[in-house]
Amino acid sequence: MFGRLAAQRLNEIRTAIRRTTQASRSFSTALNYHIDTPDNKPDLPWEFNNANKEKVKEILSFYPSNYKQSAVIPLLDLAQQQNGGWLPVSAMNAVAKVIEVAPIRVYEVATFYTMFNRTKVGKYHLLVCGTTPCMIRGSRGIEEAILKHLGVKRNEVTKDGLFSVGEMECMGCCVNAPMMTVADYSNGSEGYAYNYYEDLTPKKAVEIVEAFRKGEKPPRGTQNPGRVNCGPEGGNTTLLGEPKAPPCRDLDAAE
Amino acid sequence: MGLGLLASRALRSSRIIRNSTRTIVSTPELKNADAAAAAAAADAPSDLPKRNPVGGARVHLPNPEDVIEVFVDGYPVKIPKGMTVLQACEIAGVDIPRFCYHSRLSIAGNCRMCLVEVEKSPKPVASCAMPALPGMKIKTDTPIAKKAREGVMEFLLMNHPLDCPICDQGGECDLQDQSMAFGSDRGRFTEMKRSVVDKNLGPLVKTVMTRCIQCTRCVRFASEVAGVEDLGMLGRGSGEEIGTYVEKLMTSELSGNVIDICPVGALTSKPFAFKARNWELKGTESIDVTDAVGSNIRIDSRGPEVMRVVPRLNEDINEEWISDKTRFFYDGLKRQRLNDPMIRGADGRFQAVSWRDALAIVAEVMHQIKPEEIVGVAGKLSDAESMMALKDLLNKMGSNNIFCEGNGMRPNADLRSGYIMNTSISGLEKADAFLLVGTQPRVEAAMVNARIRKTVKATNAKVGYVGPATDFNYDHEHLGTDPQTLVEIAKGSHPFSSALKNAKNPVIIVGAGVFDRDDKDAVFAAVDTIAKNNNVVRPDWNGLNVLLLNAAQAAALDLGLVPESDKCIESAKFVYLMGADDVNLDKLPDDAFVVYQGHHGDRGVYRANVILPASAFTEKEGIYENTEGCAQITLPAVPTVGDARDDWKIVRALSEVAGVGLPYDSLGAIRSRIKTVAPNLLEVDERQPATFSTSLRPEVSQKVSATPFTPTVENFYMTDAITRASKIMAQCSALLKK
Repeated sequence: MFGRLAAQRLNEIRTAIRRTTQASRSFSTALNYHIDTPDNKPDLPWEFNNANKEKVKEILSFYPSNYKQSAVIPLLDLAQQQNGGWLPVSAMNAVAKVIEVAPIRVYEVATFYTMFNRTKVGKYHLLVCGTTPCMIRGSRGIEEAILKHLGVKRNEVTKDGLFSVGEMECMGCCVNAPMMTVADYSNGSEGYAYNYYEDLTPKKAVEIVEAFRKGEKPPRGTQNPGRVNCGPEGGNTTLLGEPKAPPCRDLDAAE
Repeated sequence: MGLGLLASRALRSSRIIRNSTRTIVSTPELKNADAAAAAAAADAPSDLPKRNPVGGARVHLPNPEDVIEVFVDGYPVKIPKGMTVLQACEIAGVDIPRFCYHSRLSIAGNCRMCLVEVEKSPKPVASCAMPALPGMKIKTDTPIAKKAREGVMEFLLMNHPLDCPICDQGGECDLQDQSMAFGSDRGRFTEMKRSVVDKNLGPLVKTVMTRCIQCTRCVRFASEVAGVEDLGMLGRGSGEEIGTYVEKLMTSELSGNVIDICPVGALTSKPFAFKARNWELKGTESIDVTDAVGSNIRIDSRGPEVMRVVPRLNEDINEEWISDKTRFFYDGLKRQRLNDPMIRGADGRFQAVSWRDALAIVAEVMHQIKPEEIVGVAGKLSDAESMMALKDLLNKMGSNNIFCEGNGMRPNADLRSGYIMNTSISGLEKADAFLLVGTQPRVEAAMVNARIRKTVKATNAKVGYVGPATDFNYDHEHLGTDPQTLVEIAKGSHPFSSALKNAKNPVIIVGAGVFDRDDKDAVFAAVDTIAKNNNVVRPDWNGLNVLLLNAAQAAALDLGLVPESDKCIESAKFVYLMGADDVNLDKLPDDAFVVYQGHHGDRGVYRANVILPASAFTEKEGIYENTEGCAQITLPAVPTVGDARDDWKIVRALSEVAGVGLPYDSLGAIRSRIKTVAPNLLEVDERQPATFSTSLRPEVSQKVSATPFTPTVENFYMTDAITRASKIMAQCSALLKK
């Protein structure tokens, strides 16, 4: 009697767990510790290039000289752009040297922010929004289509090193959901671009990927020809007149 | 309808009801917080019973203008401005549960366990991070505070594995205790718990990172106290974990302390893993003898075995930390022990004999030798009683050639201020400039180094260092490697002399390695000149220090263990080594008769003719004086090994056999004898400052040589007979050499 009840309850719990774990375990970030690989080792040399050294100086000039460590995020970003979209451990060490802190203080920051990639990404890093509005509008289908088209898994780089696909949380573009963003590292930190592609369909998404493969830069923003930016399809329907000026008391009358 | 079916229906219906009212709050009155609060307010206590501050916490109110009054559970408390709500509660006698807060570390405020209710505050506040404000009404026992704690505890236990039966922290775990006191008996979390990969922090600290509750105490300890920025908080959200990111060992001489400060079982002692439960252990409050600091320790033993060593709080000496050597050398007490008296036969092999025979042979040989050819050497782990007995025995035999290793062959025992730390260890915190002469405090006295580091961090004190290149975990200036630099500083021609001159409380620390130098007097004269020129010794401040190396050194000099001739070893025919393993016996004549009395078969045994087994410091009661001149007492924690005896008893027995009976038969009697020589040694646990300053030193005509200072401690982990026998210390030194 009790045994059956207990088994039933256990089964319920089990199924509940199984359902939730798969969804919650798929973190977009990599491991929180470093594993040596041939292209990612602390003893590999890494330095800012000459153009970026100027930028480093400029970034540091924004902060008081005794608070150099404040520059850690912009410097990591710069290092990531220079290094083709990802941060090897030696690049983090180089940043730590510039801002004169222990390397672990830089690792802490780099592991905290999901936009710092600590494993290799493609020249075009495609980030599909996975938050509720985009999900409702079909972001899972878009991710699936891109992954199938490229023949990779999430966070995996294609063999030609051009593409990688990841998931990102809300990028504030819900009005044009579903969307993805493309981080373009193909031209180093000078040609770095970070563009939103909105109102996607699985077909459109694949077309955009193919355009990038050909070296084109497809126009950013909404992919629905009927819309302008985030305006409604077919032109505005409300707020057509001139906006009313804010209410202001009559200064002349007050005198 | 069968009975079973009826029963199952009844059960099912009851289960449904239970589910619908399932609540996390275990105490029914907490289910409705507002009503309970109103009820509590209605019957407010009219007369409050007295409460005592937690842990005897005392509050100093130096400036009456900076005193504010707050109310904790209705009790008015006066506290100085700037104290946190948590500290105010402690003074009011309320112990607030906490995980991340630690009084010696910076405030993180991330565990949220210390939530209390503050009147007019919309939410419970984290008391550890909230400064107390005048007139604040703090409530620690209200339904809101209780519910907040229960909620926090539920979140903490969400990802905690609850593996207390296999956890070494079990029984002394903050999380365990506080979840019993403040937690609920159930949780609502049904998902998978997270798991974290364990980190390799070296041979001392075992990690089970899944148990970690992210209090960041270890991270703050490593960067603030130990001075090694290796640990960090990686990742975010539920993926957050403590780690080093890259594969790295914690290379600190204080790393073992993270075991104590970890509130859960995430960081535990590797050598102690699965060895014993803490409630099986007998604690004996004792003193560490591996260096001259005399850190206060508790020796935890089970039966005849020392299981572990943990620190005791002593604000004046080691605060609440101890070095890794102190904490982990105890396995050396079980290895290489001498347990029977032995005599070296004609074939060069040792043969176990009875005490009677061994003592008879030693006494017989001793009488055949001219008194001036008898030499006694006290080892670095000797207690004051045995050194007194040995000196008395040798004096009775007509010899005055007795010294303690580490003090050199020409020690100056006339002026006590010339060999102790006059500033005192806690006094170092007032300093604002340091001059370290030939000393590497990080390896010589790790706890003194921690104090210097604390001062440097707090006051940005300048540190100048004269000596061989070495590791420091604070900013320092390497001024030079030889004593010539001292002469320059004394003249005022060195750039660092202006830093010393401008300092309010300058401190000079001379390493005990200088005692072995030929130009020792000249070096001390140069240091004295620097002290005089820079006002280092004043009526209100004495900044002239010697940092000793060994536990026995200070007491030996107090007792006057000064050899009559500095060439006594070369002419010796009879050498009595009382635990002395590091004394240089190369020049000892081959026909000399050597008696080794000690507890470990270490270096001294190789040359010995007779071995007399003695007890180690964990097995006897003895007075040790630390480098700042504070006498402390060890207590026996475990029985002695084999047929070993206390050092002073062996010397006393030998005196009887030799026919020169010493006039004491008990520790009490030998201490009365010590009282006539060095009464300060009997003022246990109280630092006795030196009476006269070093200005009484005679003039020296000697010139300093150009020989650079040499490192005194080659290997931090292996400095004496016990640590050299320890397997854990051997592992540590292997990593050190890598």
